Amino acid sequence: MGAIATAAPPIEARGLVKRYGELTAVDHVDLTVEAGTVYGYLGPNGAGKTTSLRMLLGLIRPDEGAARLFGRDPLLEGAAALDGVAGFVEAPRFYPYLSGRRNLELMAALDGGDAAERIDAALETVGLAHRDSDKVKGYSHGMKQRLGIGAALLRDPRLLLLDEPTTGLDPAGMRDMRELVRRLAADGITVLLSSHLMGEVEELCDRVAIVRSGRVIYEGELDALLHRASGQAQGWRLRTTDDQAAWDVCSYRPGLTSLASGRDGLTFAADEREVAQLSLALARRDIAIVALVPAAASLEQLFFELTEGEEAA
Amino acid sequence: MSAPEFLRSAATAAAATEAPPAPRADATATRPGTAAATSAARRGRRPSVASIYRWELLKLRAQKRTFLGLGAAVLVPVIFIVALAANGNGPDEVPFGRYVTETGLAVPPVLLLFSSIWLFPLIVALVAGDIVANEDSNGTLKTILTRSADRHQIFLAKLLASFSYAILALLLFAGTGLLLGALRYGLDPLTSLSGTPIEVGRGLLLLGAALLAYLMPVLAVASIALLLSTVTRNSAAAVVGTLMLSLILQIVGIISGLESIRPYLLSTQFDAWQGLLRDPIDWAPIARSAWVCALYAVPSLTAALLTFMRRDVTGG
Ligand SMILES: Nc1ncnc2c1ncn2[C@@H]1O[C@H](COP(=O)(O)OP(=O)(O)OP(=O)(O)O)[C@@H](O)[C@H]1O
Ligand SMILES: [Mg+2]
Repeated sequence: MGAIATAAPPIEARGLVKRYGELTAVDHVDLTVEAGTVYGYLGPNGAGKTTSLRMLLGLIRPDEGAARLFGRDPLLEGAAALDGVAGFVEAPRFYPYLSGRRNLELMAALDGGDAAERIDAALETVGLAHRDSDKVKGYSHGMKQRLGIGAALLRDPRLLLLDEPTTGLDPAGMRDMRELVRRLAADGITVLLSSHLMGEVEELCDRVAIVRSGRVIYEGELDALLHRASGQAQGWRLRTTDDQAAWDVCSYRPGLTSLASGRDGLTFAADEREVAQLSLALARRDIAIVALVPAAASLEQLFFELTEGEEAA
Repeated sequence: MSAPEFLRSAATAAAATEAPPAPRADATATRPGTAAATSAARRGRRPSVASIYRWELLKLRAQKRTFLGLGAAVLVPVIFIVALAANGNGPDEVPFGRYVTETGLAVPPVLLLFSSIWLFPLIVALVAGDIVANEDSNGTLKTILTRSADRHQIFLAKLLASFSYAILALLLFAGTGLLLGALRYGLDPLTSLSGTPIEVGRGLLLLGAALLAYLMPVLAVASIALLLSTVTRNSAAAVVGTLMLSLILQIVGIISGLESIRPYLLSTQFDAWQGLLRDPIDWAPIARSAWVCALYAVPSLTAALLTFMRRDVTGG
C-alpha cells in the first residue's frame, strides 16, 4: 500500500476555468479525488458538471488551470494520461450502423492491450449479452447507457468518470447501475459520479462537491453534509382530524416557523425535536394525526438551499 | 483480413505473452494493492495506427454513402460503354475519343477526361468530407477520443482511409472502363496524342502511370475535403464546399486574362496525365502537377491536423 499512498491522486484539478463568451461555465474549480473514493459531483442543470468532466478527460481545453489524472495531464500527454481511466460525458454515443458488440470491438481496438478479451464479460455485466448483435441504431436510451458502461469496463479502469449515468434508466436499471457502481467501488475503483440527484449521491458517495454556476460551493465528506442537514429546520406536512384546531396549536409553538395552510393540511418548518413535541401537544387536545411527513428529504432541501438561494457575494 | 480474424489474432498474441486473465479475476487485479503493478503492465500499450486504420475502413464499409461513390465509379463507365455501343461512334471532340471503338485501351483516358470536373471531386468529397464531420454529428468523437488512441493517430487513420477509398474508386472507375472496353472492342495498340502507335503492354503501363498522375489532384481534393470536414464539423457543408471550390477553380481557369495562373490551378492538374500519352513523354506537366498538388494538399492537411489536435470536443 506504500506505493499507493505516495502515488498521485486519481484526480487533481487546480483552478479550472472554462468560458463560453460571456458565460463562465466552470469557474476556478479545485478538485482532489483520493484513491478508493466514490466522489459525488453534484449540481443543478447548467452548473458546469459536464464541462468539468470534459476538461478532466482532455476533450476540451481549460482557459485557465490544469487537470491531472494519476499525475498526468491529458493536454500534455494525450491519451497516455487516460491510462487506467474510463468514463463518458453526457449520453454515451456509439456508431448506430454497427452492432453493440462491433462497437465494443472497435473500442477494444482503440484501447489496445487485452481489452478485447473483456468484451463478453462487459456485455454480461451490463445485461446486453442477448442483444449484442443488434445494431445500436435500434437500442433504447437505457441500452445505450448500459453499453456506455460496458465500453468503460473494457478499459479495466482504476478511475471511472460517470456523468449522470442513471439518466433515462428505468427504476430497475437505476438500481442495477447503482449496484454496479457499488461493486466497482468495492473492487477498489475510484469513481467520480456527476449527478443532480441528491438521493443518488447520498446512496453511493463518500464525499461530495456541490457546484453552482460553475463554482464549488461545498466540498467535503457526505457525513458532514448530512450532519449539517439534520441540524436544520426542515419542512413538514401535517394532516389531522381537525386542521382548524391543529392550526391553533401550531401557531402557539415557538420552535415552529413558516406555518401555512393548504388544500391538504398544514405545512411548516421545524426540527425533529419540535415535531415530536407537537405530536404530543396535538394528542393532549384530542386532535388525531392522520399524516405527519417531511416535505422533502432533508439533504435534498439543503441542496436546494445551497444551489437556489441568493448568490454568495 | 476481416476484423474478427484480426481480433482473434490480437487476442492469441496477447495470450501468448501472458496468462489470459479470467474475466472475474480482472476485478481483483484492480484492487489498490496491485493497481500499480497492473498499470505498469498497461503502459506502452498504444493501439497501432494500422488497427485504427483497419477500423476506419470497416466503418466506411458499414455506411451506405461509401457505396454511393463506389457505385458511381462503376456506373459511369458502364453507361459510357452502353451509349457507345448504341451510338457506334466515339466522341470526336475529346482526345482519344476517335479511338475508343478501336481499342479498349482508349476507354479509361476518355473517362478520365469526362470525370475530372465533377465526378471525382464529388466521389472523393462524399467520403473525405464526411469522415470527421460524421463523428461530430454522431457524437462519437468523444467516444473514440477517450480511449487509448492519440488524436494524431486517429487523424492519420482517417486520412489513410479517405485516401484508400479515393484510390479504390479510381481503380474501379478505370478498371471497369478498361474491362468493358476490352470486352467490347478488344485490346489493340493505342494511338498516342502525338499520333504514334503504342504497343498494348506499354499502353497498359502508361495507363497505370496516368492513373497515378491523376491520383495526385484527386488526393489533393480529398485533403481539402478533410480540412473542411474537420473545420465545419458538418458533412453537407464539407461536401458542398469541396465541390464549390473545384467549380470556382474550374471557372477561374476559363476566364480569359487569367491564363497566366491557369497552370497552377488544382483543376488544371486533372489533365497532367496526358503528358504520359505523348511520344516522347512530356514530363513537364507531371512534375509541375506534383508540386502544385502538394501545394494544395500539404497546407490543407497541416491545418486539418492542427485543428483536430487542438479542437474542443463538445456536443454529442
Ligand atoms: N459548447 C458550449 N457552448 C456554449 N456554452 C456551453 C457549451 N457547453 C456548455 N455550455 C454552457 O456551460 C454551462 C454548463 O454546462 P454543462 O453542460 O457543463 O452543465 P451541466 O452541469 O452538465 O448540466 P446538466 O445537469 O444539464 O447536464 C451551461 O450554461 C451551458 O450552456
Ligand atoms: Mg451535464
